[in-house]
Amino acid sequence: MSYEIVGITVLWVFLFGYMIVASIDFGAGFFSFYSVVLGHENKVHNIIQRYLSPVWEVTNVFLVFFYIGLIGFFPDAAYYYGTALLVPGSLVIVLLALRGVYYAFNTYGSSKENNKIYMALYGATGILIPAALSTILAISEGGIITVREGKVVIGWVDFFTNPYTWSVILLALVSVLYISAMFLSFYANKSRDEGAFEILRRYALVWSGPTIAASLLAFFEINRQNPEHFQRMLDHAWMFVISFLCFLIAVYLVWRKKHLGWSFIMVMLQFAFAWFGYGRSHLPYVLYKQISIYENFTNDTMAIALITAFVLGLIVLVPSLVLIMRLFLFDAKYIRGSSAKKG
Amino acid sequence: MSSLDPVLLSRILTGLTLFVHIIFASLGVGIPVMIALAEWRGIRTNDPHYTLLARRWARGFVITVAVGVVTGTSIGLQLSLLWPTFIRVAGQAIALPLFMETFAFFVEAIFLGIYLYTWDRFKNKGTHLLLLIPVALGSSASAMFITMVNSFMNAPQGFTLANGVLTDINPIAAMLNTAAPTKVAHVLVSSYTLCAGVLGGIAAFSILRGQKHVYFKKALKLTVVSTFVFAVATAIIGDFSGKYLAKYQPEKLAAGEWHFETRPYATLVYGGVLDDNNEVRYGLRIPYALSILAGNAPNTEVIGLNEFPEDERPPLSIHYYFDTMVTLGGLLVVIPLLYMLRKWLPGRKGYPKWLLIGIMALGPLSFAAIEVGWMYAEVGRQPWIMRGYMKVTEAATTADYVGWMLVLFILLYLVLCFSCVKVLSKLFRNKDAVEEMRALGMEGAEP
Repeated sequence: MSYEIVGITVLWVFLFGYMIVASIDFGAGFFSFYSVVLGHENKVHNIIQRYLSPVWEVTNVFLVFFYIGLIGFFPDAAYYYGTALLVPGSLVIVLLALRGVYYAFNTYGSSKENNKIYMALYGATGILIPAALSTILAISEGGIITVREGKVVIGWVDFFTNPYTWSVILLALVSVLYISAMFLSFYANKSRDEGAFEILRRYALVWSGPTIAASLLAFFEINRQNPEHFQRMLDHAWMFVISFLCFLIAVYLVWRKKHLGWSFIMVMLQFAFAWFGYGRSHLPYVLYKQISIYENFTNDTMAIALITAFVLGLIVLVPSLVLIMRLFLFDAKYIRGSSAKKG
Repeated sequence: MSSLDPVLLSRILTGLTLFVHIIFASLGVGIPVMIALAEWRGIRTNDPHYTLLARRWARGFVITVAVGVVTGTSIGLQLSLLWPTFIRVAGQAIALPLFMETFAFFVEAIFLGIYLYTWDRFKNKGTHLLLLIPVALGSSASAMFITMVNSFMNAPQGFTLANGVLTDINPIAAMLNTAAPTKVAHVLVSSYTLCAGVLGGIAAFSILRGQKHVYFKKALKLTVVSTFVFAVATAIIGDFSGKYLAKYQPEKLAAGEWHFETRPYATLVYGGVLDDNNEVRYGLRIPYALSILAGNAPNTEVIGLNEFPEDERPPLSIHYYFDTMVTLGGLLVVIPLLYMLRKWLPGRKGYPKWLLIGIMALGPLSFAAIEVGWMYAEVGRQPWIMRGYMKVTEAATTADYVGWMLVLFILLYLVLCFSCVKVLSKLFRNKDAVEEMRALGMEGAEP
């Protein structure tokens, strides 16, 4: 495999990791708020809180990692996107910032639990951030960022009047809710919290239909937007077929209330196949027709250094992640809430 | 808004983000070390007071970490948003330390999450303390890597520049540039000083408010003695940094010292003002001191500012940043020293009020010292973004609306800082340490 492919794969893996953990987080914030508004707060909220508290910080790192990797492997891409995305990028930073700190303030600092304002903020940003981030995928199809007189500019009117943009936003929103509900059903079931499980299972089933509908819509719109990309997606059609099969298994298992761990693994596989199928057919372009992984790759020495650092980093990272999961995700005592709370 | 220069606005916005981030980042680097120190003492001396101390610090620490994380994300993304041309060029040379910084942070984030939720989970107390090692190492390592990026901007090396393209890149050489050792050491130790000082100030505040419990005295001793050790180390490394500047970045030292003519036996100027002919007025002059600072001998020749073309000179106002930093650094050594010598002081009262007030000031003083120190370092390399290679004006974004983004971020940081202070003060007011000891049924809960 060439360095270019290794580089983009590393980045794509991190973005996938971010998509999964952030979706759980974003959706959880929304469900948490929604359940408080409906009045059955303690049923769902406690489960969510118990999962999120030890991992909220980790979620952010996946995104930063992807971004730093982009600078390292494809500095030109960072230049194009950086110049074009000043305003939306800044808005995303502000939303992420508010979300991060108010979560911490509410969890660790607030004397009364479930401050409604904090929760509303948390729920709202959980919907706005994925919508905002997903638009970068739409921009990457090309035609939105142009270079005029040596200046990188972005065509916002074209962007917002484009149905493809909206189909991607819609897909992001429903996927977030679906992934999150699927995960939380598994988690609630594991902690033997029947009440929470029933509610979350209903959310999961409710959001599964729209997820597939939105995926089909996005497919259809890619064809209109960028037929070349769509054609390449058809070349890897098997990946999308497997993705769909994983979806069917996942929903079936939740429906029958069986093997929920496997069900969530199927959800991850469903998105993994779709995500890598989409990414693979997007190649060689990081930004359609302007930034290609071959022409805008970093120098070889840096590529080797980054890949080495990445491998060494994984040696530290993977055991740490396993440790945190064993302590908080798969520790029967902790998730049932019987062990000690925060210091 | 748009009539203002995007370069200037980008500089202000970057400066603002860093100004806020540095506070929380420094806390993030030093507090884990202090928590580890307290918990370690608690285990070694089997004294639950130190363990409680560690626990209470950790509780407040999470709040500051949260702000540190989000402002750090902010500055990270702003690098590309505000300085895309710089990132395009420098990304080829310094992506490695940036990448490794994220790894270090990742490890810190994972273990901090575990640490906070496992206080009573392990039978062996030492196991819990061990969890703090990756937290402290992670935070110090990320400070180290990100400071290497900054020192690369001051002393770019590890590449050749031909026709605007970097070639022959050596990422390791770029990381281990000549500025890195002094900068990294100075940043780390000054962060430790800051945290010890802040925590000492909190203990002093409790005693001032009438707390008589031995817990607070222990806290005071641990933190103030640590402040002394770290502040002395900061001063020594600061001296090395001065020597580094004299040799490799003489224009920064010269501008900071208002030293125009290259000459040996150079005089150090403290304070004062410059008149129209660049003559110093009202300043305190210390003969030979600048030469000694630059090379440990009075006959060391110190390069003057006149050797540099006018458009490559840093602003002369950095003189005041330097003087302020050094003055504050001195206070950070003297106040803890007075505390340590308190038994021999006239009056011989255990904890005189003026001394406690002085200790309370350690935190704000070291915050100020770190801020002006960074301002000296950063403004002092103007007009360069990569010294000798790329000027700031060539690196800034060409996008519109930087001004509006500046307004947006000013609002964000105001809200963040305000609510952080509010949450922190509420956190400690709601749960008094003595009450907590009583609730835990701790021995010696009564003074």
